[in-house]
Amino acid sequence: MNLLRYRQKISEVNGRFFLSALASFVLLSSSSVSLAGGEDDPLLGQVIIDQFEVRDADESDPWVLSGQGWVGKDLQKLWFKAEVTRNDGETEDAELQALYSQAIAPFWNVQVGVRQDFQPTPSRTWAVIGFQGLAPYFFEIDTALFVGESGRTALRLEAEYELLFTQRLILTPEFEVNFHGQNDADLGVGSGLSEMEAGLRLRYEIRREFAPYIGVNWNKRFGNTADFARDQGENTADTQWVIGIRAWF
Amino acid sequence: MENNSKTVDLLNTPPISRRRFVTGITASSAFLGLGLGSTLSLASSESRMGPATLRGRTFDLSIDYKPVNFVGKNRMATAVNGSVPAPILRWNEGDRVTLRVKNNLAEDSSIHWHGIILPADMDGVPGLSFGGIKPGETFEYQFDVNQSGTYWYHSHSGYQEPTGLYGAIVIDPKEPDPISFDRDHVVMLSDWSDEDPEDIYGKLKKSSDYYNFRERTAGDLWQDIKEKGVARTWDERSMWNRMRMSETDLSDVTGHTYTYLMNGVTPGDGWLGLFKRGEKIRLRFINGSSMTIFDVRIPGLKMTVVASDGQSIEPVTIDEFRIGVAETYDVIVEPSFDSAYTLFAQSIDRTGYARGTLTSDINSSAAVPKMDAPSVLGHRDMGMNMAGMAGMAGMNQDTLGMDKMRGMKGMDHSQDDVSKMIGMQENRHDRDGEVLGPAGYGSIRKITHVETENGPHSGMRAVAPMSGLNDPGVGLRENQTLYGRRVLTYADLKNLYPTSDPREPTREIELHLTGNMSRYMWSMNGIKFTDSDPLQLSYGERVRFTLVNDTMMSHPMHLHGMWSELETGDAEFIPRKHTVMVQPGSKISYLVTADALGRWAYHCHLVFHMAGMFREVRVS
Repeated sequence: MNLLRYRQKISEVNGRFFLSALASFVLLSSSSVSLAGGEDDPLLGQVIIDQFEVRDADESDPWVLSGQGWVGKDLQKLWFKAEVTRNDGETEDAELQALYSQAIAPFWNVQVGVRQDFQPTPSRTWAVIGFQGLAPYFFEIDTALFVGESGRTALRLEAEYELLFTQRLILTPEFEVNFHGQNDADLGVGSGLSEMEAGLRLRYEIRREFAPYIGVNWNKRFGNTADFARDQGENTADTQWVIGIRAWF
Repeated sequence: MENNSKTVDLLNTPPISRRRFVTGITASSAFLGLGLGSTLSLASSESRMGPATLRGRTFDLSIDYKPVNFVGKNRMATAVNGSVPAPILRWNEGDRVTLRVKNNLAEDSSIHWHGIILPADMDGVPGLSFGGIKPGETFEYQFDVNQSGTYWYHSHSGYQEPTGLYGAIVIDPKEPDPISFDRDHVVMLSDWSDEDPEDIYGKLKKSSDYYNFRERTAGDLWQDIKEKGVARTWDERSMWNRMRMSETDLSDVTGHTYTYLMNGVTPGDGWLGLFKRGEKIRLRFINGSSMTIFDVRIPGLKMTVVASDGQSIEPVTIDEFRIGVAETYDVIVEPSFDSAYTLFAQSIDRTGYARGTLTSDINSSAAVPKMDAPSVLGHRDMGMNMAGMAGMAGMNQDTLGMDKMRGMKGMDHSQDDVSKMIGMQENRHDRDGEVLGPAGYGSIRKITHVETENGPHSGMRAVAPMSGLNDPGVGLRENQTLYGRRVLTYADLKNLYPTSDPREPTREIELHLTGNMSRYMWSMNGIKFTDSDPLQLSYGERVRFTLVNDTMMSHPMHLHGMWSELETGDAEFIPRKHTVMVQPGSKISYLVTADALGRWAYHCHLVFHMAGMFREVRVS
């Protein structure tokens, strides 16, 4: 039900963006005629749930959903990214990005659009420009620069790697780091290096599209962000066992 | 929507009755003079003998949906006259044939006569030759048959070919065949998936390694380090890691979803080919697959290859050959009477095989060999020069080619021959002043990568592509040493007859086969068909096509309407093909005489590559 409310909210906030993005998208994706086989560049869509997991914390165990989805063609896509954390029946974090993704190199996309943080409050809106793709040595990279109201800026770098033990048993180390340009005391975010997160998840692909996993997730807050946390009586570092499902369709 | 209509059809279409099927088989057996008598009453043997043969000058072909069950699930196939594969069509050279094709599908259909030289409007490519055959309509093809040999036909619309619309064409020669034989069998190889081809394509676009269950693992890495040490392992892995490609990526679609068929029969059942004492048998191998390249052998039998793509070649005796999608090879075998033999066609990636039995005794069968160990792609297959193997020095060098290749001992004989030739005669030039190699010996030009290759369409460039002529290809290179099996290469192909057009080429068209495996996009020169201009040929001109494969997949390139005369090193006897395999990271040249007016298709015959890796060739 909460999700529905978010959807409504999103459409209110970002309605104009969606319309213009959609219009340009439709214009770009003129239909292609194939003289053999199927359509060369059909309109496709994919939903990817990277993480849907419960984390083992001291008090109540939070649920985390991290996923993305796209609809589009080979080189142009509308791309969505979502991260939601729920704890004790409350939504602690909820972030959604709606992006236009344009391939600029064999392995790289430029992604521009908006990011809306619904939780925690007060909510924040950002413009996004990011690079996403596959770096040499098979590192999956997702980086983005965020520019918000009142001169707020943020930078996020994410990297992921896949290590195959077998064709189906796969270990995924991932790493995320967040920087902020200025303090945002309302949200307990400080300038500079604010947060680092690292995870190690071992999944088993029952099918390519469906893989349960177990793992461990570590995160730590730094600098002013850590100070804010300490003021609130929160821990600045945490290591949690996780269990979850990775899926796409 | 479409699924619904198919379901309705499934309910309304009575499955072909065993009785009718048997009738067809018996009729065809009679044609072939099998004289099997009462043994044919065994239902299991009948169903193992492949599609029926239709003979004559006039054919009524009906394209319908047909329920099939290859591996335990009911699926909808596309059939001709109720048969998957489609019936074998047997024509006579010199005849004018009429083929009335009725489309009973809910979508447009077409039939392309693969390898047949005919007028452009009879070629069956919707959008180029004609408008396609609308649902419920009948199209009448009519043309003169001016050639003989083994060919095939298939739909050129949608995904009808992968779902069953492919069949053999055998044309008996007007003059006595230069190669005598007592009996012939069509051996149609194909791949079947219970998945909808559209879904397979979608999965590849979302996750291009979806069907590859042979990726390198941590265990492989550990093994390498133990054997070779960290430094060498790092060096060897480095190229793949930097290019973000997988050395185990031999097939995009594998035995994970495919069941490989021989004359429409699963490997579990095995196609059954019969012969009588003392007979010399001509096996007409056709690769009618969507995506699968096969390596074919018959343990215990030497094969003498007598034709390639329907055209007679100087006979060459071998133990094994690779057959690209859409290629055909005719081989002569002389089995001994009291033995059974297994026709064994393993997929290039060794994830499965098609199988048949050649026997004089319907109840006997032969042992089925184990598949060979799967191979991995090497630097050569990435178009790296061999010096690059020591370090990665060669990787970013933009130079290539001839000078370096000549320096590599024994790797590339044909190129050496060319160099010798060049030394002996005055260099010839094309209109742009580029040096043109003499007919029959292939290109001697410096390979250039065009600007359009720089973009998201193309993931790699072969820096130093080697000639694909002498190379048996990945997975077969060691077979002589390992197993004592002589493997056919393109360099073995010499026309049985003198080159029909002895003229030198007046220009050279260099095309790069490009793709982005990661995004699963395919193109030529980095440009997809939809964004491309037609290739213009002047009527009557003799032109050289040089194909450079800037991908790690083999691409069987098919030019409609005109022969691709493969330059295998003998100007006097240039073999003619309709489909030419371009091996990964390599190059190959062939000559074309533009003697057929009109608009023609030119494309990779892998069904999930062809929509992008496609050009219109316009002869005017």
